[in-house]
This record gives sequence, C-alpha cells and structure tokens, in this order.
Amino acid sequence: MVTSDEPIVTKKIERIAFGVMSPSWVKKVAAVQVASPELYDADGYPVEKGLMDLSMGVIDPGLRCKVCGGRMKTCPGHFGYIQLAKPVLNILYMDLIHNLLRCFCNECGRVLMPSDKADTWRTQIAKAKRENNVEALYDLQKNIFALLRKSKKCFYCNAKKIDIVLEKPTTFYLGDARLWPAQIRELFEKVPDEDLAVLGIEPSSLRPEWLVLTLLLVPPITIRPSITLVTGERSEDDLTHKLSDIIRVNQRLLENINAGAPEIIIEDLWDLLQYHITTYFDNSVPQVPPARHKTNRPLKTLSQRIKGKEGRIRYNLAGKRVNFCARSVITPDPFLSIDEVGVPLAVASEITIPERVTEWNKEWLLGFIKRGDEYPGATYAITLDGKRKKITDDTKEQIIAELAPGWIIERHLLNGDIVLFNRQPSLHKLSLMGHYVRIVPTRTLRIHPAVCPPYNADFDGDEMNVHLPQTEEAAAEAKHLLALGRQIITPRYGLSIIGEREDVLAGLYLLTKPDAYFNQEDVSDFLTAAGIDASLPEPEDKKNGMWSGKQIISLAMPEDLSFEHENVKIENGKLKSGIITHDYIGPEGGVLIHSIYIKYGPEKTKEFINKLNYIGLAVVRKYPYTFSHSDLDLSNKTREKIKEMLANAEAEVKKIVKSHKEGKIIPIPGKSASETREAMILSILNGLRYPVGELIKHEATEDNNLIFMSKCDMASIINLSSMSGFAGQQALRGERIKIGFTNRTLPHFRKGDVGAKSRGFVFSGYGNGLDPVEMFFNSIVGRDSLMDTAMRTPKSGYMQRRLINALQDLRASYDGTIRDAEHKIVQFKFGGDNIDVSKSDKGGLKLYVK
Amino acid sequence: MSSDSAPVSNWLEKNLPGEILADLEKTAKEHKLSESQKNKLLDELKKRYANSQITPGEAVGIITAQSIGEPGTQMTMRTHHFVGVAELNVTLGLPRIIEVLDLRKEPKTPSMLIYLNQPHNQSREAAEKVANKIRQVVLGELAKEISMSITDFSVFVKFDREELSAHHVSVDGMFDILLKQLHGYVVEKQDGGIVIKQKEKEIKKLYRLKEKIKELAVAGIKEISNTLPINRGGEWLIQTFGSNLKSVMLIDEVDDKRTTTNNIVEVAQVLGIEAARQVIIDEIMKVLEEQGMPVDYRHIMLIADIMCQTGDLRSITRHGITSQKSSVLARASFEIPLKHLINASVVGETDQLRSVVENIMVNQAVPVGTGLPGLVVKMKEPETKKRVKHDS
Repeated sequence: MVTSDEPIVTKKIERIAFGVMSPSWVKKVAAVQVASPELYDADGYPVEKGLMDLSMGVIDPGLRCKVCGGRMKTCPGHFGYIQLAKPVLNILYMDLIHNLLRCFCNECGRVLMPSDKADTWRTQIAKAKRENNVEALYDLQKNIFALLRKSKKCFYCNAKKIDIVLEKPTTFYLGDARLWPAQIRELFEKVPDEDLAVLGIEPSSLRPEWLVLTLLLVPPITIRPSITLVTGERSEDDLTHKLSDIIRVNQRLLENINAGAPEIIIEDLWDLLQYHITTYFDNSVPQVPPARHKTNRPLKTLSQRIKGKEGRIRYNLAGKRVNFCARSVITPDPFLSIDEVGVPLAVASEITIPERVTEWNKEWLLGFIKRGDEYPGATYAITLDGKRKKITDDTKEQIIAELAPGWIIERHLLNGDIVLFNRQPSLHKLSLMGHYVRIVPTRTLRIHPAVCPPYNADFDGDEMNVHLPQTEEAAAEAKHLLALGRQIITPRYGLSIIGEREDVLAGLYLLTKPDAYFNQEDVSDFLTAAGIDASLPEPEDKKNGMWSGKQIISLAMPEDLSFEHENVKIENGKLKSGIITHDYIGPEGGVLIHSIYIKYGPEKTKEFINKLNYIGLAVVRKYPYTFSHSDLDLSNKTREKIKEMLANAEAEVKKIVKSHKEGKIIPIPGKSASETREAMILSILNGLRYPVGELIKHEATEDNNLIFMSKCDMASIINLSSMSGFAGQQALRGERIKIGFTNRTLPHFRKGDVGAKSRGFVFSGYGNGLDPVEMFFNSIVGRDSLMDTAMRTPKSGYMQRRLINALQDLRASYDGTIRDAEHKIVQFKFGGDNIDVSKSDKGGLKLYVK
Repeated sequence: MSSDSAPVSNWLEKNLPGEILADLEKTAKEHKLSESQKNKLLDELKKRYANSQITPGEAVGIITAQSIGEPGTQMTMRTHHFVGVAELNVTLGLPRIIEVLDLRKEPKTPSMLIYLNQPHNQSREAAEKVANKIRQVVLGELAKEISMSITDFSVFVKFDREELSAHHVSVDGMFDILLKQLHGYVVEKQDGGIVIKQKEKEIKKLYRLKEKIKELAVAGIKEISNTLPINRGGEWLIQTFGSNLKSVMLIDEVDDKRTTTNNIVEVAQVLGIEAARQVIIDEIMKVLEEQGMPVDYRHIMLIADIMCQTGDLRSITRHGITSQKSSVLARASFEIPLKHLINASVVGETDQLRSVVENIMVNQAVPVGTGLPGLVVKMKEPETKKRVKHDS
C-alpha cells in the first residue's frame, strides 16, 4: 500500500518496446558500481559498493536508500553495474552472434552482399516491419542468414571469408585460432547501421557489440531480497550468490591482468568468468554444468525466473492474485433462492465492501462505524485525500466527527450485496457468476443445488470462492452481466443449464401426475412453502373438495404463459395436461424454463424456478419416498424367465464359438473371422439388456420406488435391471475383456475359452451380489474408466489453453464483424447471422405467437 | 411498428438472414396463413431477431474456446468407436478434436467417404464392384500360390482366376505391371502364371524377393488399404481406410462432388481452403455429435474461420495462430517465452498492447467486452455556439 504523501499519478501504457541495453544506458541507470563480493561487514551493515549496497534498494526496516531516500516499502530499488575486466558473450544471443559473425566481413565489417542486393532486402524487411507482419519478418531474417552464410568473399574489400565455427556453448574459432570476445566486439563495432538494417536488426535497439558484455547490470536488491532465518542467519537469494561469484572471478581476473600473469592463467579465468555469467543468465544451457547452491540444488537464475508455468510471465503477469475474497467448503441449501449464496457470518464480518458516503447514506453508514468490529460494522474509512484510517475504539470518535460526503467506508458484507462466486477449474464463463449474499450462521458457503451443473459442483468436499466487487463499476457489471439470472441460457448451445433436480422433480412428478388430488391442508402447505399468496381456484374435485396438482402448479406460472411441447400443454398460465418432468424443467435443456426465459427474462425465470423448487420440496416432505432392497425382488416366474433367457443366450454364444472353431463363420466385410465372432457375441449379449429391462419394467409397478425414481430422472431402468436382473457384459474399450493370462482372462478358465462367462459377462445382479470372477471383471472396467479420466484431464486442459490462446482477442466489433486484435476480419457476421447463441433457442429463433 | 423504430425496421429489412425469411415463408405456407397473419409473424420475427443480436465487444473467441474446451473434459478418451457393427473404426473423441486443431498432416485413421454416381449407389453389389476397383491390391491377394525354386533361383506366381476377374486384371496385365515394377529380374509367362528369375544365386535374396512380390501393389489406388460398402440414407457408398482424394475423384463411378476425406491438409491441397474449412467444421461436429455433446454450430464455424483466415491453414498451436500474433507478450505468455523476448529485442519489436494478455500483464483494461468502449469528450468548443449553428 502506498503511504507516501505524493499524489498518485495514473498513466496508461500505450506500448512496450523491446531491445538490448547499451553499456552507456547501463551506466546511466545504475546507481552504483559494484566492486566488492562482500555483502555485510562485521556489524551486519551492508558493505559499500557491495552487492547489498544501500544505493540499490532497502530491504531492512529502519534503513534509508542512499539514492531516493525511501524506506523499506517506498524505495523501488535501483540498478548497479559491474565493470568486467574482460568482455564476455551474452549466452542468450549465442545464435545471433554466430550468425552475425558469418554475415559480415571479418576485415571491414560490411555485409557480405553487393549493395544493390542489400537494398532489396532492406526494403523487404522494412515493409514487413511496417506492416507488423511478425512471421514474415522472422522468415526473412532466417532466409538472409542462410543466404549470407554461404557467401565467400566481401564485396567491399574483397577479403576472403574465413568461416567462423561455434564450439558450443561459448567458444568461437576463426579457422584454428580462438576468437576471443574482445575480438568479436571489435569486429562488431565496425558494422555500419545501414548494414544491420539489411538483416532486420534495429540498430537503435540492438547494436551487435552490445551482445559482448563489458558492463554487467546488477538488479536491485528488491528483486533479490535476502531472507532472515529463525536462527538470525541471513540466507541470500540465488541471484546474489551468482553475482558474488561473478565479482569474485572478475576481481581475480583483473588482479592477474594487472600483475602481468601468463596468458594461460588469464585465459582460464576469462573462461571461468564466461561460465559464471552464462549461468547467471541461464542455468539450463546444454553442455554447461548447472551452477549449484551449497546444498547441491541447481540455482534459479534469470531465465528460470521467467520460464514456465511457475515463471514470472505465466504465474505473476498473466495470473493475478486478489484481496477481498473468501473460500470455504460448499454445502447445499434448497431454501435459498437460486441466485443467492450463503456466506458465513465469520466471512461477512471480515471482508468488506467500500461504500462512498453521501448526504443520503451518511446516517446509515455512521451506524457501521459506531459498531466497528461488531457485525455489521466497518473496518476502514478513507478520507477525501485518500488517507486510510482504521476504525478502532480509539479512532471511532474522530472519524465520526470528521465524516463527510466523499469519504469511503469499508463496511461489512450485508444481505443483498452482490458477490462473484466461482468454482475451479473455471472451464467456462458459467464457472464465475454473480450471486446475492445471504448471511448464514454456519461456516460453509451454501449454494442452491439447482445451480450445481454450471459450476460442475457437488458436495463431497468441494470448495468454492467468493469475491467482493470493490468498485461501483465492478458491482454494476456483476449485477447486469454476471448475475446468475442472466446466465440461465448457456452460450454453448442455447438452452437452459439451470433447472430442477432430484427431490424437486420427484415432488413435481407426484404433484402433476394424473389423478393427483390434494386436500386443503396439503394445498395450503404447498403454497405457503412457495410463498404464493393467491386466492385458491375452485377445487377440481368439487365433491370431495380436492384440488388437482395441476391447479396448484399453475399458480406458480406466469399468468399469460402458453406453452405446448409433446404431452404438456399450458394455456394462459394453467397446466392443462401432461406431467412436469425433467425434460421440461430439468438442467441442461429444460424446454419450459427456456421458453419462459425468452418470453419473460431472467427475473421471472428465477422466480419460477424458485417457486417450483419450494413447491416440489413441500410435496416430497408430505409424501416422501424411499428405496429398499425389497424393491429389487422379482417374482419366481420372472426370475425363471430371465434365467432361461440367459441360458439361451449362452447356448447361442456357444454355437457361434463352435462355428468359428470349425471355420464356418462368414466374416462381415472388412473384418476377420474372429472379429466377426466377437461382434456377433457382443450383439447377442448386449441384446439381452433390453428384453430383460422390459420384463422387469412390466413386473415392477408404480409403487416400486426405483420405477418412481426413474420417472424423476434419478434412476433408469438399466439401474433396476442390473440390480434385480443381471449386470451384463463388462466392456473394456468397446470389446469383451480379453486381457489377463495367456489365452485366458483368469486361471479359473480353460485356455482358449471364449465363452460368455470367461470374457466378462456378469450373470448375477448387483442386488444379489457378484461372484468373485464377476466382481473382478467389474473392477477391471471400473479401474479402466478411472485411468481414462486421469489421463484425459491434462490433455483437454492443454487443448483448452491452446484454444483460449488462439482465440482470446476475437471480439464482435461495433460494425457487427468479428475481428482479431489487429482489427482483421475473421467473420463478417458472427456465425453468419450475428445471433448470440445465449439469446437464441438452441441456435435458432423460435417464435411464441398465438 | 411505431415511427421511432423505423430505422431499426429498415436495418432489419436489409439484415434479416435470408434463411430465416425462407423458413418463415415455409411455415406460412404450411399453416396456410393469411397475408396479415404472415406480416404479424414477420414483425415478431424482426423483434426477436433484433433482440438476439450479438453485443458489440462480446468476447466471442473466448466463449467459443470455452464451448469446446469445457465438454472436452467430459469426453471419453476412447479413440476407436464402432459406429454399428459393419463400419470401419475411425478415431473419435477428444484425440480426434486435438488432431483437427493440430492439423496433423496425416490423421491417425485417414478415411474417406466415397459417394457414387447412379446406378452404382443402388446396390451393395454395385458399390462393392467400385470398391474393389478402388482398394489397393497387393499381388499376394491375387495369387493362388507363390512358390520358389532353388534350382534356378526363381519365384513362380500362380494366379487365382476369380480374384483376377474381381479386380479387372488379366495375367497379361499382371505381366506388364511386373515387368514395369521389377527391375533387374527376368520376368516370363509360364503355364498361365508368371516366373520371376533372379540373377544372383543367393537364397536369402530369393526369400526377400518373394516377400517383395507378395507386397507389390498391382491394382487400385495408392494409400487406400481397405474399403467397405455401407448404406447411408438409402444409398450405398464406400468407406475407406486410407485417403487419396485426388485419385479417387478421378474415377468415373465416383460422385466427385460429395466425396470427402477426413484429412484436412489433403482437402486444402486438392480442393482449396474453403473446402478445408468445411471439413474442419464437419469433423469437429461429427465428434461432438457422436459424444452427445451439444455445441452450437457457430462456435465451430469461428474456429474453422480463424484456422483458415489467412487463406492458408493455421493450426491452434504455437506454430500456427499464436506464432502470427503481432504482440510479443501474447506470444511469450503461451509457450517458450525467452525465445520470443530475445527475438523481439533483435528486430526491435514494439508491443502495441492491443490484445488481451498484454493488458492483463500491465494491469490495464482488456479491449473486449466492457473494456472496449472509451469515452470521447470534446472539451474545446462551447456548446452554445454549436447549437446556434445547427438551428440556423
């Protein structure tokens, strides 16, 4: 937090230019020449001209910067430099240095190309630059490097070109002789600016001699802070370690040169200096042993700080961290509105929303200040000149006295505030939506179970995040763009993604099924639960004074709603016929919810979902359902029948196996005989499922709880038949199980047995239990799908990262075209018709006209 | 419609997609609507269309990327899928989508759908006949027997008459092919078969020769290793394993207007970028439909459009679209950041901060959505003067 009295200056960054720092620039920005490898003196005070010189920034409390006079948090840090005894190559530009050496005359430093040819290249490259065509530019550069590499002599001084070889990583040879960096620097200095332009090099941002370092920039201490361990010992940053190595070697080199030491010693030290500077820039250069810490851990030097997922770019620059957020386990609460989130009191009295003081809310906000820590209170007050004052018992009085319109009070979270709610992984925009706050006394965040699908959340320990908007602008966007009510239709396919689930569907099924009548007590219970305050219509069953469920649900509908889809018919807000099921109000495609949204908008849709939700729950509360093992019982007759069917199928399988063995099988075109056998067996075994399901369905009636649940989208007939009937073929990657031992799946079978049982057909049902062999096959398939999920997640994650990266700057512009960041047109109209999918009906436009 | 909505109405008149209007006409006819009813419907339609317009600034790219990426996590990895018992295996699911976005030169399972002209698409037999012509046949399949003679170092091939006639070749034809393809051997006709004599007297080489002869391609189209007639919508067509669009399209019986392959790069070469764009859309849609993942067609279109924007195919990888971005930081934020930063310093690139990530990096509003509009205020001219001018 900035606490200085200086006015805050806001500027917009328009562009960022890239280039290499010249030695004169280095000298200009540097505050000190670092010459001593020592860090601190005996008293623990930073050594002058050492790597911790106070001119390069302050990281200790109580000290002041020598340059700007700032303290620990106000001094941004300043650069220093090291004067190198001998020039050294910059490892990051090795390829370029090598290319340049081969592109210019070793004698006169001119480009190895006749001047007319050079001119055409120059114009071509200038054109690519002007057009900002990056790819073309780099291609041209690649081509000219390749071209010049082949030239044999200088067109200016006629000197013959001697090829320069780079022996990786950093040694150059001119013929047999070693080419020292100092020589390279001299050579590069001769190259004229206009010849650099031929290669696409911008002389103002990079002169080749700058790639041979004579001065080494030392980063500010704030970039490489030391940490004090509990023992009071100081532990220095990796960069500081590396820099002190460099200074030490540099000093030794300088001393030896001054002492007139033999060439060989100087050259060795020179190479050592090159090594240290190489690893300082990049500690993962091939063929260079990485520099290591005392503990043998490789040092994290400059390149390592930038690279990769945990590097500066992806971790710190492209990923931002925030304050004013909360995270907790989520639990369901069907009594919330769908666009609410239950926020624990402990959270609400900790994180705040800034509220600007006006004439009209001053009194109201005074109450918050008075309460202070006590909920609902306030934590900070910000004065007109931007000073931040903590609200404590001591400061309260003064703040209250001074409070004037224009101040900002950071007050506790209240019911009805809008917040952003998010669950990771945030795979689509529906993973972050605006919810209204409802303070709850527990310690978990609560959400309505109907909004689980967009977040892909469940309650097995999932955690979610809450973010408080900190400006009016942010809150307005949350309310009008991100609010859950506006996200009901997914932009992925243009149908509702939010809808009723589970118990609510059961309740509504019971309510709207034919011949469902309820007495007055029930009816008033249901309507009270939904908060519907309407006068009851005439009971449908006048004789007994009973209302039909359709009458009740009609009270929750908009009055002028007309809707027709398959069996369901609604006229003027009255349900005439049909049962309200998953297909109409369920998540991911409930047609009724969708048509209400299109006609009435988010607010009414939200209300409708809420009402149905409360009614549905009220019905199940009165008429609950359960499930027991007896629901799986079948009559002896049916059991015999299933047994018979299984036996027949097995016999058929045997027949196929036999005819295959005898070579009588006629292969399906495009398949071998054994593949054909497998396909035939699979179709017989999988074909059993349906008739058995029908059989069981026939026997099980409405009072079978599973059948009831299957009508409410909580179970399926397959669930029932695999519990009370048989589990069926366990398919591994679309085939019968064939892995295991040689020619057999398990040692329980004979070799070469390809019958039903030995290849993973489960004759038992889950209700009665599987035998060991069957259970084993069942586990194989289960494990396989687990592995599949584990392998798929990173793959699809990477795919999405690539897609986002490629498409992120596409936007609809004001003229209706779809353009990229350079304003190039990608589409003239979005999708050919400019229809926003989230405003459409499954991609089209449906009309609801009478 | 009221008078103040006239400009909107005019705009709609021009912009209402023809397809929607055609649909309206059709509905009107079906329900026998009167002219006034039809006009009322048209008015409703206009309103509905105007209300469903995309908002300027909408980050359509991100929404598209999410619409494909999000179901990706739910897709099965299972690469092969049997679409019914009697069809060839084709890579589907997530791996196939990744393949399309990567623009692999050769898909894992290249496959063609060959439509046939009348009357060849009428029966299985007719289709099979064409299929046999298309499928690449190796000599081993046509031979009844391939025997070696160690005495004179020769290989004798005895042909199966039925197979020969099925592939429309004769022994003479085979002789010509062998003569053309085998160099340095003596090829002779003998007893209704063909003898290939080797000059060197080495048994190892003779074995190798025999294998070579077995694998010799003698008929059909290169690359197409398997064919299967299938019935789709009442007509017979040929599904293949392997793809060679150019050669297949030249066959007379083939309906070259409808025949496709799943090799996008090949389509771009043979038929051009517009066709490739359509194949990208179709291939992605096919996978999503097969997996039961509803994704709107418009999203897939956008992906195909950006992949084909420049007229050349560009993949959704660091070598494709990302490498052509003008922003240094946008490239650096994706993959291999150092390379991009260093190259940028060499040519002296300037990042104009025009797209999304760069602005996130420097903590500025991104130029999409609500970050797009700016406020322009003219401060100099006094308002009163201007008004006078306009009034007079």
